[in-house]
Amino acid sequence: MTDIQAGTGAVVAAAPVSADVPAIELDSVVKDYVSHGEVVQAVKGVSLSIAEGEFFSLLGPSGCGKTTTMRMIAGFEEPTRGSVRLRGEDVTNVPPNRRDVNMVFQSYALFPHMSVWENVAFGLKRKKVPADEIKRRVGDILEVVDLVGREKRRPREMSGGQQQRVALARALVNRPRALLLDEPLGALDLKLRQAMQIELKRIQRDVGITFVYVTHDQNEALTMSDRIAVMNDGLVEQLADPREIYERPATKFVAGFIGTSNLLSGTVRQVTGATAVLSFGAGDQVMVPADGTAGVGDTVDLTVRPEKITISTEQPAGDLSIVRGTVAEVVYLGTYNSYTVVLADGADITVFQQNAHDSTITAGRGDTVWLSWQPRHSYALR
Amino acid sequence: MSRRLRTALTPYALIFPGGIWLAIFFVVPMVVMLSLSLQSGSVEDGYAFTWNWHSYVDGLTNYHDQIIRSVIYGLSSTVIQIVIGFPVAYWIAFKGGRRKSVYLFLLLLPFLVSFVLRTISWQFLLSDNGMLLGPLKGIGLLPEDFRVLATPYAVIGGLAYNFLPFMVLPMYVALERIDPRVLEAAQDLYASRFQTFLRVVLPLSLPGVFAGVLMTFVPATSDYVNASVLGGTNTTMIGNVIQNQYLITQDYPTASALSFTLMALLLVGIFAYARALGTEDVLEVAAR
Repeated sequence: MTDIQAGTGAVVAAAPVSADVPAIELDSVVKDYVSHGEVVQAVKGVSLSIAEGEFFSLLGPSGCGKTTTMRMIAGFEEPTRGSVRLRGEDVTNVPPNRRDVNMVFQSYALFPHMSVWENVAFGLKRKKVPADEIKRRVGDILEVVDLVGREKRRPREMSGGQQQRVALARALVNRPRALLLDEPLGALDLKLRQAMQIELKRIQRDVGITFVYVTHDQNEALTMSDRIAVMNDGLVEQLADPREIYERPATKFVAGFIGTSNLLSGTVRQVTGATAVLSFGAGDQVMVPADGTAGVGDTVDLTVRPEKITISTEQPAGDLSIVRGTVAEVVYLGTYNSYTVVLADGADITVFQQNAHDSTITAGRGDTVWLSWQPRHSYALR
Repeated sequence: MSRRLRTALTPYALIFPGGIWLAIFFVVPMVVMLSLSLQSGSVEDGYAFTWNWHSYVDGLTNYHDQIIRSVIYGLSSTVIQIVIGFPVAYWIAFKGGRRKSVYLFLLLLPFLVSFVLRTISWQFLLSDNGMLLGPLKGIGLLPEDFRVLATPYAVIGGLAYNFLPFMVLPMYVALERIDPRVLEAAQDLYASRFQTFLRVVLPLSLPGVFAGVLMTFVPATSDYVNASVLGGTNTTMIGNVIQNQYLITQDYPTASALSFTLMALLLVGIFAYARALGTEDVLEVAAR
């Protein structure tokens, strides 16, 4: 409750690992494309500083510019404006084959005419590493990704998960300054994807290389990342650690994109110290941290996560945010129940109720209920 | 008919027309020719099957020059086609953009004109005082007695020209199938443009080159049109000899024996070539 500004997470979150020079820096990077004679701005000015050894995710829907941003780090795209630095060295116009970063492609892009061993050794051979060192390093990395004994296989003879690990080994064996991963788990089925998430995180910890991970999957980003940059429409909406991104979404977009959230808007009734009280209907009161910009009578948007809300058939007492509504739907989902509650102003609120003890349903369809939550669990949005 | 029986019979039904076609127009003539090649006699007295394998010996003794020449011409024209065709295929596949099919159509456009007519037009172009050599001789760039027509160059050039699309198309297909991400991956792994070409593009295009060579070397080696239209007496190919033996001398056994000799040579050559290139690899990549 000390930070009373909404949406400050966008710039202030600090890198978890402190190093003198950031592994990767993007400085107001812009990328324009010409498509059908029209200029399309894929990236509209992104500045990032990614620390050494960090697991950094670029998260956003397709078309948000995350892949273009990554390709500019790799060198496949040249920024229209702005600069890219690797460990302080300006590489904006350096081609990919002379950049010390490696990429894991979405479709793996393994060399189909080469064996696993040849695929993995490709980069070291181009760098003219001595043969005995290549042998040792390829052997070591195949051990890390658990592919020992499959050196002679062709990519086509392997499962998706194995190909994925070959792609990872092929990049990691070069010990790059940073590893760029473009939705590398997208082609795998759910079980394998979850296993690989843990595996990737382990490998990253073992090798200590900076990972830049592009994904549209919020779970992936939340599970693995040290920090996440949520992108939308060519811009970074919020840059913070996973907890902050989830608990304190800075913008409507982030709140909507990450997890399930309820968006409400209300009018400020009074401002008391650091708390603004919003009113919705009779008997309702919602408290949010005041940021000093909204005064009495202003409309404020806010968000609250479904699992933070308590549902009850009697009006709760205490210093809580309280709204009243009518249950429109109850769905039993095993570990929890999901309620859809309609408020007086027509807004839908989703509430998750854990089935911690008994799977009792508090209220049925058509019942009037009170929803309450701690004031610190809702935030005004930009 | 039960559903299962129908399902089981469907493949045979589908292959039946093609099978019949091949049986009537390929297998039967082959057997007839094989038998002819072992017969003796003459057109007037008729032929009898006598296991007369001397036709083979005579054919090789009398015409080994033409056979060797045909192989050299066939190989030369194939090499020229690779040198000319590969960049074309590469350019269409990687730089063709949305107009790929237009470029492919342009490549095929001359081939809507008859094979013989195209060859005859080369005769016009290359004639001693024709469109090409005439002006060059006029301004003194070439000596007056310089000629291309009736030389091996004209025949090899004609062969290379006439079969070029059959070289370009398979190479194009192989190149077009290469995932651009794989090329990016090579670049990402420190390969220069040249190394990317050498280590990735070239090996992945080999199945196409292989197919192209098969489709051009065989018909070029056994061709007789180019040699008769663009060549002279010193450029006779084995195809001309066979044609002559069949239609003019009417020595059917010798003609048949030569045909089989040529076929055997080509088959051996192709298998040796496939071996050398590592067919298994080639076919593996091709099957991708």
